Amino acid sequence: MNSYVLIFIIVGYLLLLFGIAFWAEKKAKRSWVNNPYVYTLSLAVYCSAWTYYGSVGIAATSGVSFLTTYLGPVIAFPVWIVVLKKIIKISKQHKVSSIADFISLRYGNDRFLGALVTIICVLGVLPYISLQLKAVSETFEIISNDPVNSSGTIFEDSTFYIAVLLAVFAAFFGTRTTDATRRRQGIVFSVAVESVIKLIFFLGVGGYVTYFLFDGTTDIYNQISVIEDFESLTTFDSLESGINWYFMIALSFLAIFLLPRQFHVSVIENTTKKDLKNAIWMFPLYLLLFNVFVVFIAWGGKLRLGDIANPDYYSLLLPLQNGDVFLATLVFLGGFSAVISMVVVSTLALSTMLSNNLIIPYGFLDKFSKSRPERNANYIKNIRRIAILCLILGAYFFYINFNIELSLFSIGQLSFVVIAQLGPSFFIGLFWNRGSSIAAKMGIITGALVTGYTLVLPFVLDTIFGNMNFIVYGPFEIELLRPYALFGIDILNPVTHAFFWSMFSNVIVYLSVSLSFKGNYRERNYGEMFVDSNYNSLQENAFVWKGEAYVSDIRKVLNRFLGEERTERALDLFYLKYDLPKNAEAADARLINFSEKLLTGSIGSASSRILISSVVKEQPVTLVEVLEILEENKKTISTNKFLKQKSDELTQLTDELKEVNEELTLHDKLKDEFLDTVAHELKTPITSIRAASEVLLDSQDMPDELKMQFLDNIVHDSERLTKLIHDILDLEKLGSGREILDKKENDLYLTIEKAILGVRAIAEKKNIKIKNSKPSEILVARYDEDRILQVFTNVLSNAIKFVEEKNGVIKIVSKKRKDYIRISIEDNGKGILIEDMKHIFDKFYQSKNQNVKKPAGSGFGLAISKQIIEGHNGKIWADKNCKTGARFIIEIPDEHK
Amino acid sequence: MNKKKILIVDDEPNIVMSLEYTFKKNDFEVFIARDGGEAIEILKSQIPDVVLLDIMMPNVDGYQTLKYIRSNAETKNIKVIFLTAKNKASDIQKGLTMGVDRYLTKPFSIKKIMAEINELIA
Repeated sequence: MNSYVLIFIIVGYLLLLFGIAFWAEKKAKRSWVNNPYVYTLSLAVYCSAWTYYGSVGIAATSGVSFLTTYLGPVIAFPVWIVVLKKIIKISKQHKVSSIADFISLRYGNDRFLGALVTIICVLGVLPYISLQLKAVSETFEIISNDPVNSSGTIFEDSTFYIAVLLAVFAAFFGTRTTDATRRRQGIVFSVAVESVIKLIFFLGVGGYVTYFLFDGTTDIYNQISVIEDFESLTTFDSLESGINWYFMIALSFLAIFLLPRQFHVSVIENTTKKDLKNAIWMFPLYLLLFNVFVVFIAWGGKLRLGDIANPDYYSLLLPLQNGDVFLATLVFLGGFSAVISMVVVSTLALSTMLSNNLIIPYGFLDKFSKSRPERNANYIKNIRRIAILCLILGAYFFYINFNIELSLFSIGQLSFVVIAQLGPSFFIGLFWNRGSSIAAKMGIITGALVTGYTLVLPFVLDTIFGNMNFIVYGPFEIELLRPYALFGIDILNPVTHAFFWSMFSNVIVYLSVSLSFKGNYRERNYGEMFVDSNYNSLQENAFVWKGEAYVSDIRKVLNRFLGEERTERALDLFYLKYDLPKNAEAADARLINFSEKLLTGSIGSASSRILISSVVKEQPVTLVEVLEILEENKKTISTNKFLKQKSDELTQLTDELKEVNEELTLHDKLKDEFLDTVAHELKTPITSIRAASEVLLDSQDMPDELKMQFLDNIVHDSERLTKLIHDILDLEKLGSGREILDKKENDLYLTIEKAILGVRAIAEKKNIKIKNSKPSEILVARYDEDRILQVFTNVLSNAIKFVEEKNGVIKIVSKKRKDYIRISIEDNGKGILIEDMKHIFDKFYQSKNQNVKKPAGSGFGLAISKQIIEGHNGKIWADKNCKTGARFIIEIPDEHK
Repeated sequence: MNKKKILIVDDEPNIVMSLEYTFKKNDFEVFIARDGGEAIEILKSQIPDVVLLDIMMPNVDGYQTLKYIRSNAETKNIKVIFLTAKNKASDIQKGLTMGVDRYLTKPFSIKKIMAEINELIA
C-alpha cells in the first residue's frame, strides 16, 4: 500500500477518535459514556502493542510464557478488586490524582517520595512508550512496504508526526481542567472504543489465520507438532521454568496495580462501586479472549513464514502474504488503537505526576504564590501540556537511539520490573501503619539500583555495546556478582532473576528501616488513615494538627489556585458540613485538612502541604499525641455508635409505650361505653318497677285483675334485673380472672344433653327440634361443667330465639380432633349479619349500636361464653361460611392429666 | 272540651302499661306505638297534643321520629317530650337542639310527668 494512503487512513482514524472523545466530553453525564462497561473496557488499556504484537512473537519463539502477563491479572482478580476498593476509597477521600500522589500522601505528604515515585515511573514507562512508537513505525513500514527511514531526518519519519499527533490528543483532552482528579470522559470513552476495536480486529485476524489460512485449530496443531522444537513451545521443561512462570505472574500482578496508566483508569476514572462489580468478570474475560488465537497465529506464522520474518508481526504478515491488504490494514489499525490508548493514558498520568509531584513542588511554588489565580491555572495546564509533549518526544528519541534493535517483549518486561519497585511501599503501606517514609524511599531506591545492576546494565551492555564479558564473568570477574546469576542463583531467566533480587532487597530494606526508625507524627497520622480507611467517619477527624492559623490566610492561598468563586463555594460547603460560623477567624485542623485536599487535585499533595504550611504556624506534635488522638476518635466513634443504639432502643420503647397508651385509652373508652350500656340496661326494669309501684300506690280503686298484672310486671322486671346483675358480675369476674374454674373430667356428650334438658321446655313450646349426634367414642375432657353448661345453654337459647317456630332445627355435632374436641352448634334461623360477625362476642359491642335494642336478654351472653371458653384455653367463634343459618363452633382442649 | 290526645312511643310494654293507665285515668286519649315507625304511621291520621318519646328503640329511633315530627307542617307544632334513660349532658343537649320541648330521664316519677305535660299543654 502506498504510504500516503496509509498516512491518510491514520489521520482519518485519529480524527475519528478526536470526534469520539469530543462527543463523549459533551455527553459526559449520559449513561452512554458513564457506565460500567466503559470502565471495564478502559481497563483494557493494559493490552498495549506489546500484547497485540508481542504475545505472538513470544508464543512463536519461547512458547506459552506470553500467558503469564495475562494470567497474573486473571488469577489475582478477586484480590485486585478487594484491594482496589480500598485504594479507590482512600484516593477519593484525599483527592489523589496519581500513584505518586498516593504513595507520597501515605507517607505523610512527603515531597521527595512523590518525586522519587514520579522518576521511577518515568524511567519505567518511557521505554515502554517508545516501544509503542517502535511498533507503529515497524508496522507502518510493513504495510506501506517502505524501508524504515533511518537515513533521513526525523521530519521525514511518519512516526514522528504520529507521536506529535498523539501528544496533541492527550494534551487537548487531558488538561481541560487544572483539577487532575476530575474525570476525563473523552479520553476514557475513546480508550474504551479502542479496546473494542483492537479486540475485534485481533480476533478477526486470529479467526482468519486459523480457519481461512488453515483448516481449524487441529490442522495447525497437526502441522506444527511435527517440527523439532515443538515440545519446548508447549510445556514447562523443568521446575526452573515453573519458578520463572510463578515470578512472571507475580510481576504482572503488580503491574496491573502500579502501572501509572492502570492506576489512572482504574482509580482516578472510577465513578461507582458498580463499576468494579462489572469489571470482576468482564476484564478477565477480555484478557482471555485476547489470548485465544495467539498460539495459532504464532504457529501459523511459523509454518508459513518461517523464522526469517519477525514473529512479532505474524498477524500482519500472514494476511499480507496472502494478498489481503485490507485485512492487514485493519490489523494495523487494531495495533494502532492499542498504541494510542496506551500512549495517551500513560503520558497523561505521567504528566500529572511530573507537574504535581516534581515540577510544581520543586520549582514553581514560589512563582505561583505570587501570581494571580487565572494565570496559575494556565501555568499548571501548560506545565502538563509541555510534560506530555516532552514525554512523547522523549520516548520517540529513546526509540530512535536505542530501541530499534530490541524486541517488544523484553522492553515491556524491563518496564514492569522497574515499576514493580513501588510495590512494597504501596501494598505494605496500605496494610501496615508502621511503614515509614524513609523506609519507602530507601526501599524504592535499593530496588531500583538492584534492577539497574541485574537487568538494565547487562541489557544495555549486551544489546548496545555487544559486550558479553560482564554478563558471563561478572564485574572484575567476581562470579558471585554476575548480573544474571547474583549470588549463584542461575535457575531464573534474566527478568525474573532481576525481579526476585530487586523485590527481595526492596522488601527487606523497607521492613528493616521501618522497624528501626520511627517516622514522624505526620507519617504515622496518614499511615493510620490509610490502614484504617474503613473507619469512614474517622477520616474526617483523623487529621491531627496543632498550631495557629487564620482563615483569611488560607482563603488567600486557595484564591490563588482555585479562583475566588470556587474558593467561596468550597468554603461555604465546608462551613455547612461542620456547622461552623462563617466569620470564624481561627482555622482548625479540619479546615487545614480540607484546604490541603482542595489544592491536592490541582497541584499535588506535596505542593499543597507546603503551601498551606507556609501560611500557618504549625506546632510539632509528638507521635504519642497522634496515636492518642486517633485512639480517642475511635473511642468516640464507638461511643457514638453505642449512644445511637441506645437512642434507637429508647425510640422503640417510646413507640411501644405510645401503642400501649393508645390501647389503654381505647380500653378506657370502651369501658365507659360499657358502663353506659350497663346503666341503661339496669334503668329499664327499674323504671318499669317504679312506674308500676307508683300506679299501684295511687290507685286504691284499681280492679284486682289489673292490680295483679301490675304486680306480675314488677316481679318479672325484678327477675330481669337480678339476671342482669348476675351476668354483669359474671362477666367482671371472668374478665378479671378472679373466677377459679373447677375443672374436672367430664363427658362432653352428657354435658350437652344436660344443656338441652335445660332449654327443652322452651324449645318444645315453640316446636323446635334439637338433635345431638352421639359421637362414636366417649369424649372426655377436663372442664368446669357448670360454666361449660352455661355456654351451651346460652348458645342454644340464642338459636331458639332466632329460628322460626315449628320449622326450627338445631343440630349439635361433637368430634375429637388432634388435641381438642370440637362442638358445632348449627341452626336454620336467619343467621348472623356479616357486619355483626366480628362483634357478637364483644361485650362492649352493644354500646356502639346503642339506638337499636337487642331482642330480649342482657346481650352479655356471648361475651360471657367467650370468656368461659377462653378460660379453658379453648376457642369459640361463628362460622362465616354457614349460609343456611348460624353455626357456632366451640373448641375445648383435650387436657388429660 | 275535647279530650287531650297523647302518643306514647316506647318498646318496653311494662313501662307503657303504667303510663297508659295513668293518662287514661287523667282523661287523656292515649295512642301507643312500639317504635318510631309505628308512631309515624299513627301521626298520619292523628295529631296528638303531646308525644312521649323514648330514644332507644328498634328500627326507627326517637331522634328520627322527632325529626319527622318537626319537618312536617301538620305535626311540627306538637309538643314532644323525650323520656329516656340517656341522661348525659351531651344527650340532653342534642335533644334540645333538635327541638324537643321537655327532656325527662328514666327512671321517672309518674306524677312529675303529669305535671310537666299539664304545664306544657296549658
